[in-house]
Amino acid sequence: MFKRLAEACAPVAITVDGKRVGCRAGDTVAAALIAAGIAHCRTAPVSGAPRAPYCLMGVCFECLVTVDGTGSRQGCLVPVRDGMTVETQVGRREAGR
Amino acid sequence: MTNASDLASSYDLVVIGGGPAGLAAAALAARAGLSTVLFDENPGVGGQIYRAITFSPVKDRTILGEDYWAGADLAAEAAASGALIVTGATVWSLDPARLVGVSIAGQARLIRAGRVIIATGALERPVPVPGWTLPGVMSAGGAQTVLKAQGLVPSGRTVMAGGGPLLWLLAAQILRAGGKLDAILDTTPRSNWLRALAHLPDFLLSPYFSKGVKLLREVRAKVRVIRVDRLEAVGDDRLREVVFGTGDGERRLAADLLLLHQGVVPNVNLAIAAGIAHAWNERQLCFEPVLDGDFNSSVPGIAVAGDGAGIAGGTAAAERGRIAAIAAVRALRPAASVPDVQIMRRKLRREEMGRAFLDWLNRPAGPFRQPTGDTIVCRCEEVTARQVRDTADMGCEGPNQMKAFLRCGMGPCQGRLCGLTVTELIAAQRGTTPAEVGYYRLRPPVKPITLAELASLPIAEAERKAVER
Amino acid sequence: MRTADVVVIGGGIHGCSTALHLALRGLRPILVEKDYAGRHASGVNAGGVRQLARDLAEIPLSIASMGLWERMEELVGDDCGFESHGTVLVAENESELANFRARVEDLRLRGFSHEELIDRAELKRLVPAVADHCPGGVVSRRDGAADPFRTTQAFRRRAIEKGAEVLEGVAVTGLAKVGANWRVETSAGAIEAPKVVNAAGAWADRIAKMLGEPVPLTVVAPMLMVTSRVAPFIQPVVILRGRKLSFKQLGNGTVVIGGGHLATPHRDRNETVLDWDKLAISVRTVWELFPAMRAATIVRAWAGIEAYMSDGIPVVGPSSTSEGVYHQFGFSTHGFQLGPGTGAMMAELVATGSTNTPIDGLGIERFR
Repeated sequence: MFKRLAEACAPVAITVDGKRVGCRAGDTVAAALIAAGIAHCRTAPVSGAPRAPYCLMGVCFECLVTVDGTGSRQGCLVPVRDGMTVETQVGRREAGR
Repeated sequence: MTNASDLASSYDLVVIGGGPAGLAAAALAARAGLSTVLFDENPGVGGQIYRAITFSPVKDRTILGEDYWAGADLAAEAAASGALIVTGATVWSLDPARLVGVSIAGQARLIRAGRVIIATGALERPVPVPGWTLPGVMSAGGAQTVLKAQGLVPSGRTVMAGGGPLLWLLAAQILRAGGKLDAILDTTPRSNWLRALAHLPDFLLSPYFSKGVKLLREVRAKVRVIRVDRLEAVGDDRLREVVFGTGDGERRLAADLLLLHQGVVPNVNLAIAAGIAHAWNERQLCFEPVLDGDFNSSVPGIAVAGDGAGIAGGTAAAERGRIAAIAAVRALRPAASVPDVQIMRRKLRREEMGRAFLDWLNRPAGPFRQPTGDTIVCRCEEVTARQVRDTADMGCEGPNQMKAFLRCGMGPCQGRLCGLTVTELIAAQRGTTPAEVGYYRLRPPVKPITLAELASLPIAEAERKAVER
Repeated sequence: MRTADVVVIGGGIHGCSTALHLALRGLRPILVEKDYAGRHASGVNAGGVRQLARDLAEIPLSIASMGLWERMEELVGDDCGFESHGTVLVAENESELANFRARVEDLRLRGFSHEELIDRAELKRLVPAVADHCPGGVVSRRDGAADPFRTTQAFRRRAIEKGAEVLEGVAVTGLAKVGANWRVETSAGAIEAPKVVNAAGAWADRIAKMLGEPVPLTVVAPMLMVTSRVAPFIQPVVILRGRKLSFKQLGNGTVVIGGGHLATPHRDRNETVLDWDKLAISVRTVWELFPAMRAATIVRAWAGIEAYMSDGIPVVGPSSTSEGVYHQFGFSTHGFQLGPGTGAMMAELVATGSTNTPIDGLGIERFR
């Protein structure tokens, strides 16, 4: 869906749902998911329908993911860091995470 | 990197938002001697129009265009001015007493402000077409953000739909970057020309005219443009094709990515939550704050500058920021020397020429603002157009009662993506106007904060004493 | 000139409940509400349907009301989201538990059995997520929670169906005796009726003053917060005594945190200004009691506008100066559960001149 322009940026590795995903310094979590072609990052809480980042500027709240154990983080506002763990939100958040 | 503990407990001026208005305001105020802090929730300043201006990986300047790179000066000016510029800072509360609640890296603080300038800008108008919540459907602004900030460009079967200057600019940028764009589905009705014509003379004299004509020519040379009156995103768990209606009937295009855009509107959440009065703008079909000539709002000491004051573009935003900053300096340090505000006012007037024409020409069509049937209106709570219309028919007169019945507007986005649609649907269903119907009542926190963040507020003296007792 | 059998001033749960019950008795009430039904405290409170921890003077009304809550569908055609998993008052230390024990015993001596003392094990069974340091508490098992706005609207709707007239966006501006009737001046003209019920919530002191019986009423704005949806982890409503907390998880998964920390109200502008330092105190309390909530996100905070009487209990009963006028206000942040039953009692009182539900100690004359 998206490709990177041939611009050099330091590589960063995060895990998404346990799988290693390579991305770049300067990516936000949402951008990293988009670049990696990951189709959806959460499911809507009422119907369970898959959802993906929409606005990329922090107003739509579609990009909610769990980052390093804390849920309901807006992926488009979180810069990636080496070793970061990201989990997609399936339905409701588990209490205590 | 500024931490929450580095913040003072009060500043003369707090600027919320690091786009052109915020940067220009902070720079001017700091140089005039006000203790100034600017908060922006993104990793870098620039807002939307100058997104990632300090670190964009897109080095070839012809891709994004010189209008974008002009933002670098603003960022540099602010950085050198003595203002404290804090990125990664989310302002979640502002009250009429000018107490600002802000979080940085999971730590919250309450900061007192002598004056506040809200410069939180605009967001894209929702485009509630059937299937717009499918993965593979994004806003055009979203695609532009990942281009500017991460150098990502569409590479699959890509369709853009909607209207407005940003759509055409992004199309040009994608093509210059070597990205793929299969078609542009133009949803603006031909009849818009009739109302726009009266404002054509001003437009011809404005800076937008020649830029606009060049851009359109550049894009139309490479992408087919189809005027449509109906649009649907189709797919099971993700977008597979775009179905649209033209005068000749229905057509389908296979697509992996659909980029939607039909203009931008003021991002009103923080201003409304702060108690600032807003009014309906019938030309631009949105709510905007009621302001005086210095951009002061109905709440003393709080101004709104930039596109948040009403859509006028990035250059106008900077001038508005400066005018608001001059007013703040005059209020707090009357003896300080400030630039001549008339210079800014003249530049602002020049920028505002030609907007009327663009606004009328690009005015989104009714069916794309007032959906029907199962089309989702409130994305967060999955409330459909039919539900909103039926509830309005049952006697629900306004969006706040609608909130209580249907939960629309009660999700995390706080109505940012459904508010205008709900207001317009209630007005349409009840035969009244959006001005009459009003908008959601909004409260802080305007961005969700974790219990951990709120718990991290320094313990107030009163509580400490209570525990000691 | 409009006429009615009764003018009810105020469209909160109390006004709407009284209007419905009057209509059920065949009377024709007109309800006058200055905003819209449920706009204020009744529509935005934490929804607690609670018998537990009430002042003795309120308990008969509370018990009567509980019976109606359990038949809400029959009464108003909507269950109002009422779910009953009990309210648990958590003791944070042995000293609190001892006080609770004394209270429960006192209630039993008076013939009230709705409060039960529970030990650490039973507390953990009812509220598995509660912090380990809590030694026990009190449970009121019939208690629960409902949707406050939906409930108020349901009473309003059913009242209209049964013959009440509801005027919204209309404010009462004056009150005067004219012969055997009361003439109620409003922003939409005058209404005459032999009986008037003052259910005007945070503005009821103004009505009382018009009648020559001023009351020590303070306008308060208790704050609430709600989180985003969390997987279900708690069923009963939890409250604390020593510190301000009420805590419940709704059917949709969101968690409502209240307890009575106050915002600053501006009752003539229908506005409140939140106090984040105090909300932080609420949050630290939740933190200590429910470690599982520590990463929850607060999606919304708000405050309703409510009346608090100097002694913390409502004003219910006939006027002390004006025959034909009755008071039903001042519920001091705990009036929601009492709404259905107090409306039923008030209709009985207005229609027949007396009531079988004890309301001693709640009369307005206590302020003379």
